[in-house]
Amino acid sequence: MLPENDLKIITEEMGRKPNLVEQGCFLNLWSEHCSYRSSAPLLKTFTSTGERVVIGPGDDAAIIQFDDEWVLALGMESHNHPSYVDPYNGAATGLGGIVRDILSMGARPIALMDPLYFGPLNNSKNLYLFEHIIEGIAGYGNCIGVPVVRGEAFFDDSYSGNPLVNVVCIGLARKEYLITAKAEKAANKLVLMGATTGRDGLGGASFASRDLSEEAESEERPSIQIGDPFTEKLLIEATLEGIDKGYVKSCRDLGAAGIVGASSEMASKGNLGAYMYLDNVMLRESGMKPFEILIAESQERILLEVEPENVDYMLDVAEKYELSASVIGELKNDQKYTAEFDDEIVADMPVKLLTEGCPTFERPSTPPSSQNIGAKPEFPYDLKTTVIDVVSSYNTTSKNWIYSQYDHEVQIRTAVKPGDDSGVLRISGNRGLVVSCGCNPRHTLLDPYKGGRGTVFENAMNLAVKGGKAIAMVDCLNFGNPEKSDIYWQFKQAILGLGDCARELSIPVVGGNVSLYNESEERGTAIAPTPSIGLIGITDDVAQVPTSYFVNEGETIILVGKTHDELGGSEYYNRIGYRIHGNTPDVPDNAESILDGVRKAVISSKVSSAHDVSQGGLVVALCEMCDKIGAEVNLNSVGAGLRTDEILFSESHARAIISTSEPVYVRQMLADIPHAIIGSTGGQLLDITHDDQEIVLTLDEISNARSSLKRLMTE
Amino acid sequence: MRIAIIQFGGTNCDRDVLHVLKNVMNVDAELVWFKDKNLDCFDGAVIPGGFSYGDYLRAGAIAARTPIMDSVRKMVSEGKPVIGICNGFQVLTESGLLDGALATNSYPKFLCKWTHLRVDNTDTPFTSRFEKGDVIQIPIAHKEGNFYADQSAISDLNKNNQVVFRYVDEDGTADDESNPNGSKENIAGIINSSRNVIGLMPHPERASEKVLGSDDGLKIFQSMVDYIQTLQ
Repeated sequence: MLPENDLKIITEEMGRKPNLVEQGCFLNLWSEHCSYRSSAPLLKTFTSTGERVVIGPGDDAAIIQFDDEWVLALGMESHNHPSYVDPYNGAATGLGGIVRDILSMGARPIALMDPLYFGPLNNSKNLYLFEHIIEGIAGYGNCIGVPVVRGEAFFDDSYSGNPLVNVVCIGLARKEYLITAKAEKAANKLVLMGATTGRDGLGGASFASRDLSEEAESEERPSIQIGDPFTEKLLIEATLEGIDKGYVKSCRDLGAAGIVGASSEMASKGNLGAYMYLDNVMLRESGMKPFEILIAESQERILLEVEPENVDYMLDVAEKYELSASVIGELKNDQKYTAEFDDEIVADMPVKLLTEGCPTFERPSTPPSSQNIGAKPEFPYDLKTTVIDVVSSYNTTSKNWIYSQYDHEVQIRTAVKPGDDSGVLRISGNRGLVVSCGCNPRHTLLDPYKGGRGTVFENAMNLAVKGGKAIAMVDCLNFGNPEKSDIYWQFKQAILGLGDCARELSIPVVGGNVSLYNESEERGTAIAPTPSIGLIGITDDVAQVPTSYFVNEGETIILVGKTHDELGGSEYYNRIGYRIHGNTPDVPDNAESILDGVRKAVISSKVSSAHDVSQGGLVVALCEMCDKIGAEVNLNSVGAGLRTDEILFSESHARAIISTSEPVYVRQMLADIPHAIIGSTGGQLLDITHDDQEIVLTLDEISNARSSLKRLMTE
Repeated sequence: MRIAIIQFGGTNCDRDVLHVLKNVMNVDAELVWFKDKNLDCFDGAVIPGGFSYGDYLRAGAIAARTPIMDSVRKMVSEGKPVIGICNGFQVLTESGLLDGALATNSYPKFLCKWTHLRVDNTDTPFTSRFEKGDVIQIPIAHKEGNFYADQSAISDLNKNNQVVFRYVDEDGTADDESNPNGSKENIAGIINSSRNVIGLMPHPERASEKVLGSDDGLKIFQSMVDYIQTLQ
């Protein structure tokens, strides 16, 4: 049902009450999901311009300059609610949707990243969701031949009953083949190509704008789309061929709000109108009503603006790939959106009202009452056991059970494989992309502003340890019900944190997605605030990238950055039940110089391994580096005044571990930023000392702890 | 010399193979859509990996029954070399050009992983550039790569020296640990009895440039090109 106030605005603007078909169109296009009604004012605070930004927010995807010849398309989407109801298809079609967003800019999708958030794997429901969401991403992504090159899997109680599936897609296009969603000329035809239209995914946009109830699993099944990756792959090739041959003037993916969403937005962007022939839409089931045809979210469809003389040629391309295609509308000069079905006009609306008329507003926000950071835990009874417990936590352990199910090699660009700080992709010669994604929801839960800033910085450090400099960011803002003022406060603070850090690092925020109402009636919980991002950067030499693990014996180990008493939201505190205790990590003032220093050292080719320190702290980072070779480490010069457990597990930002055979040279490059020599590589043990404490781990113990997730899933 | 790279709907490694042949090796190669039925002007063919027909019905089953496979059969009968990679291997077994079948992996999930392979037969048009027993690194990426044939067929393959590649550990030992998918006797690639059709699950085009981790796979394509030159 259309909210009363919306109906009033529409009735006033149209001079009459909209009929039921029209109301259905408004209900979907004015939904939170499509119109960003309670987020738009906040999203405007992001800085979205920069010298490389060719197209910023507002189209299907952003376009970023790579070099004189190539541009990148970048987008990020969530598919959270559907993935709870049907994990395989929900995740699969989420991936399919963002891939078509990239495609509709004229770009070939070349890489994906998947930040995922699950409830703990200690019950069968969460295990089921986890296993099938991964399988859905693998099933769809592998088939269409787009590699998942980086991801994140985060486990927390707050995602029980509401897992999050976020996907970043990156595309590549020659500059001259760029296409936008802005319709060009009246009298041009609108060609719908791809799968046929059925009742699947009816009203998905409005479904995503509500809380999830347990009944949703059965009742909302009609809202879930079924994915057909084979058709998507054909659609990719047919669309790119049509664009390549010059038949396509503008283009939009059919996602939320189906035909009416895509066609009205194309017409509106071009300041045109559209006249739709709904009888021409190829249907997969009989008896569909005009309203259903307009808003169905059947997958694997795309809408193309084609000049009348090229329509037959475009239909030939569709036939080559055995795809359905038909002319379903025509662009008009009148800025009206009109739909005809069975010789009757079933809808006749002002197009701008439909696409831009939705009122946007800020909601009331209230900060929580002042938080006490609480008492410190007692020093662990057995420090080594605690270390192994944190290293084997599913949050910090190896995710190879997940990414080995993804074809991460297809398209032969993947120079650095998943499981590393960043993915590295070859683009042109040895020039390439360095890409990272994710966020830390627990930091953000304690302090959404610091969590937002930390998210951007942490991803930027992931790029820096591979020699990458960030050039653009997209976000996916997953939060609870914005009508609750404490949730809206989290939302607002996180956005401000993301935006401020991005500005400090001169990274334009070029697009994204908002997913609200992530609350579970089943559990009575809202998710931890999850401002996930995708960050892309460039590197001049994808062949000169240090590993994230030690590769040579006898090298000097340097810790860059300072370690503070910042264990709030840490994996350690969460493991021992101190979920809301402690100081939330904050990004230091000299953050940018630390990034620059690390990057310079890395690209000097004097560094053989480099690794970011983040979730789980220093000890987890060291364990990850001791994959093939051990190390002897003394931490007496680190974190003055802190206890050993605090130094090991603090999640202070702006830290990285570097190993080098030329420490004098590398230290000169780090002269302006805090750093310390903490040990040397070698042997088959990780031996860490601090004051009177010593922890010794064999490489087998480390490898065993790091394979906890694989063991859980395969044994 | 021209090499055809055959594209079915759902093939997704076609452009990768084209890149290696054209840009890395400077060989004349061309993508051929499966509806183009004449392959007479080509001297060899690659059936690349992917998900022809979405793996619907059975991996490779529908593609194996398209008319272009008659043209491939004609090439084979003329002695021209044909290589099937991953889904291409599945198409070749489904079309009867190679023995055996590719069943679902023993751990029934898709597996993308770098593997070590041992070259067990260098007397083929695709492996002449290797030394017998070489251990090479090439990645796999499949859900149906578990090579199966009944015991007498396996014996025949062994007897006739038709097993070209086996999954091994880095020292060259083929055992259960180094078998990623449950294949009989760790078989990763086989050749037909007339020695001009090879199928393998690992992707040599993904290991043809050092920047991607290995260029061991390049020798497979180079051997094939050497062979075509000897025919001309």
